[in-house]
Amino acid sequence: MEAIKLQVNGRKRTVHCATNATLVDVIREQLHLTGTHVGCDTSQCGACTVHLDGDAVKACTILAAQCDGSTLTTIEGLAQNEVHHPMQQAFNECHGLQCGFCTPGMIMSAVDLVHKEEELSPEAIRSALEGNICRCTGYQNIVAAVVQGAAGMKEQQS
Amino acid sequence: MSGSLVGQRILRKEDHRYITGKGRYTDDIQQVGMTYGCFVRSPYARADIKGFDVSQALEMEDVISVLTGLDVAADGLGGLPCGWMIHSKDGSEMRQPVHPVMAAERVNYLGEPVALVVAETKEAAKNAAELVLVDYEELTPVVDVASAAQGEQLYAEVPNNTCYEWGLGDEAATDEGFASAAHVTHIELTNNRLIPNAIEPRAALAEYNSGTDEIVLHTTSQNPHLVRLILTAFVQIAPEHKLRVIAPDVGGGFGSKIFIYSEETALAWASKKLGLSIKWTAERSESFLTDAHGRDHVTKAALAMDSEGQFLAFKVSTTANMGAYLSTFASSVPTYLYGTLLAGQYRTPAIYVEVNSVFTNTAPVDAYRGAGRPEATYLVERIVEKAAGEIGLNPAELRRRNFIGKDQFPYQTPVALEYDIGDYEASLDKALEMASYETFEQRRVEALARGKLRGIGLSCYIEACGLAPSQVAGALGAGVGLWESGEVRVNPTGSVTVLTGSHSHGQGHETTFAQLVADRLGLAIEDVEVVHGDTGKLDFGLGTYGSRSLAVGGSALSVAADKVVEKGRKIAALLLNTEVDNIAFDAPVYKMMDSNETKTFQEIAFAAYVNHDWPSDNLEPGLAEKAFYDPLNFTYPAGTHICEVEIDPDTGVTEIVQFVAVDDFGTIINPMIVEGQVHGGLAQGIGQALLEQAVYDESGQLVTGSYMDYCMPRADNFPDFKVGMTCTPCTHNPVGAKGCGEAGAIGSPPAVMNAVINALGGVEIDMPATPEKVWRAVLSSQAQKIA
Ligand code: FES
Ligand code: FES
Repeated sequence: MEAIKLQVNGRKRTVHCATNATLVDVIREQLHLTGTHVGCDTSQCGACTVHLDGDAVKACTILAAQCDGSTLTTIEGLAQNEVHHPMQQAFNECHGLQCGFCTPGMIMSAVDLVHKEEELSPEAIRSALEGNICRCTGYQNIVAAVVQGAAGMKEQQS
Repeated sequence: MSGSLVGQRILRKEDHRYITGKGRYTDDIQQVGMTYGCFVRSPYARADIKGFDVSQALEMEDVISVLTGLDVAADGLGGLPCGWMIHSKDGSEMRQPVHPVMAAERVNYLGEPVALVVAETKEAAKNAAELVLVDYEELTPVVDVASAAQGEQLYAEVPNNTCYEWGLGDEAATDEGFASAAHVTHIELTNNRLIPNAIEPRAALAEYNSGTDEIVLHTTSQNPHLVRLILTAFVQIAPEHKLRVIAPDVGGGFGSKIFIYSEETALAWASKKLGLSIKWTAERSESFLTDAHGRDHVTKAALAMDSEGQFLAFKVSTTANMGAYLSTFASSVPTYLYGTLLAGQYRTPAIYVEVNSVFTNTAPVDAYRGAGRPEATYLVERIVEKAAGEIGLNPAELRRRNFIGKDQFPYQTPVALEYDIGDYEASLDKALEMASYETFEQRRVEALARGKLRGIGLSCYIEACGLAPSQVAGALGAGVGLWESGEVRVNPTGSVTVLTGSHSHGQGHETTFAQLVADRLGLAIEDVEVVHGDTGKLDFGLGTYGSRSLAVGGSALSVAADKVVEKGRKIAALLLNTEVDNIAFDAPVYKMMDSNETKTFQEIAFAAYVNHDWPSDNLEPGLAEKAFYDPLNFTYPAGTHICEVEIDPDTGVTEIVQFVAVDDFGTIINPMIVEGQVHGGLAQGIGQALLEQAVYDESGQLVTGSYMDYCMPRADNFPDFKVGMTCTPCTHNPVGAKGCGEAGAIGSPPAVMNAVINALGGVEIDMPATPEKVWRAVLSSQAQKIA
């Protein structure tokens, strides 16, 4: 058992977990933040994407023990003061989700993408999202949502 | 209809919880004292089980119990039944091997469950499952569908490994058509096997309460009532009123979550047997092995035409793979959901189809988005396009010559269906225009200058949705009527709770159904809440599949809403002291026709619950109405899809450069949601055409068992789709809706493949058109040109 200290969605948390526990297991089963999902066992679907120290990571692919002292943001921590993050809002407005299972991971990946890329064409978004699989939407409205969410994030910054 | 909400792009009510991480899927549920299940699965496609040794597993820390197939047998649990009886041509019943909840003596496909380990933690269950020793004696499996009937016999009661030899249509009339034909086009093709891959893996949480003797089963289901019915009436786990099945938020289904599987069954049984609450969630590799797969047909067909290109007759012979056991609806998919659609949009006067369904040592195959209709459409639209090429006619023109005209409805096809309405030319014309079809040759030339092979392909599909008129379904062998239930419960303050037997696992019913009912009653959409997916809350329901929810479930709600309006009139008459006939409802207000007096819907709702003096004879308090809606016919969505591709001859990579879909879904409640359904269907159909294929090797091992090997469509596989609509409202349901969930997956594969084959100069290849296959085809087409 390891004791791991994390800053989770703005709160200090300490969890005790096995050395081989993945971050996503800890998030879902110990922190009870079930918005982060598990869709595969080969690090490909992206449903588990969270922000670790500001970067998008696949939480199924990293051990919790590696994250000691880190700052973690999950989908539950994205909205501030009950107001949707611009990317969340854009997913709603562009109908960028159907069953919602891939959605938290998509949104977390999209926010990270906007943070890292200056200009985001629809083509660039399509190729940048190759680590996130959606079976429902055909991606078209997800791409539209990322374009709109990016604009919303820029607006919020300025 | 008041008309203010129907047809509006209203943003989805359910989104808020999903985008903020507050969705509640089965695996999200945690209970105090909950234990975890892990299944031990067969590593072989076919083997005899000589014995189990669970002693090591039981010794492990935190392990509570290990139950095997022998325990299932000892408890006398029934097998998992198939709900659709198909009769062979000779009148005999289909052959159905027993599908055990967990195997005790013989395993018949890779991944078949043989034991369940229950432990205090997930890790302990998983580790102990590795220590369950099963003594197997490996047997030679039958894997290939085309030769399965000649393979070693798998079940004593199933000669030639054949489930049924089914036929539909008039063979003699069809042969006559061929005898008089000026031209006959032949085709041979396979419809590739697919793995559904909803992103939420299947899961179940079974909780037994010994105080009430009740089991509550949370599970990833598209039809929780059907789960309850089968687990109680057939498998006999508990009396029906002692099992509550809840399908909470479900992360996509596409058919794969219709069926009753071993895992939730075993969990429900084990929870009662052990007095525990047990959770199991599939890992993706388990989903690959055990979610019912889709398609998997091998077909030969011929189309006879006269000298003008009029279709005279169509003859089809198909072998369909059922996998190792008959899954819940498997038998109906290659028969009544396939053979009946072979008329397509055409007047072909004579059609005859034979389907042999065979068992193999592979995962069960059942309905997957479209279910039978994509297979039919793929065949019809490939052969029509090929025929056009052979007789030198434009493919759009050949189709036009054979379309059922818009003034010919209702139209009885030679394969059992009566189409109620459609306008196929309207969809074709619109699609041709949106695709700039006229100028395609210029684009082909321009692409060639860049070294690319450009091709265009059409597909004019039809499907039968709105499953199903119970009488017809029953006559065709369905074990249950396929009506739907709905209830509109008006609360005293005038807000409304809508209960539906349909189930949403991404389709957005919480919005569409609220829109429908709010529109009818003149309410704000915020005042209507939709409840679904819980046998503890609803009477009964048949669930969501076959694009049936709005056409059947929505119609039930429409009828229930009408009943509410009617009862409201009676209450208004009471309050206004007049005759019922003197009250009109102009949503949301009840009016006295011969005066200015009115009552609002809210006033009526309040009075329905607080009024004191009810006339004893014909009016009860309360305002809640139910309807069970049984459709009069299937619905027939139809449309035209046009795909344009560019092939890189050096790499064989196919790029979709344009995709146009024009669909006629009848009346549309929420165009935004409908377009989303089309996009998703197209991605799955194009995925089938270009990327996806389940592959078993000769020993029955699944070669494509993860996202590393099974090519899932990603965002960069597609352009933006161009989606258009035409509308001929369904004539026989009160909503006018036909269903939109599957059209994209039905119409698109032949459009893509026709485009690929067109780009390849007519060289035919099977789906998926992978770069390797396309590259080889390019070489052979170049060789043909040189020779
Ligand atoms: S669960 Fe992490 S990538 Fe699929
Ligand atoms: S919305 Fe269902 S997987 Fe993306």
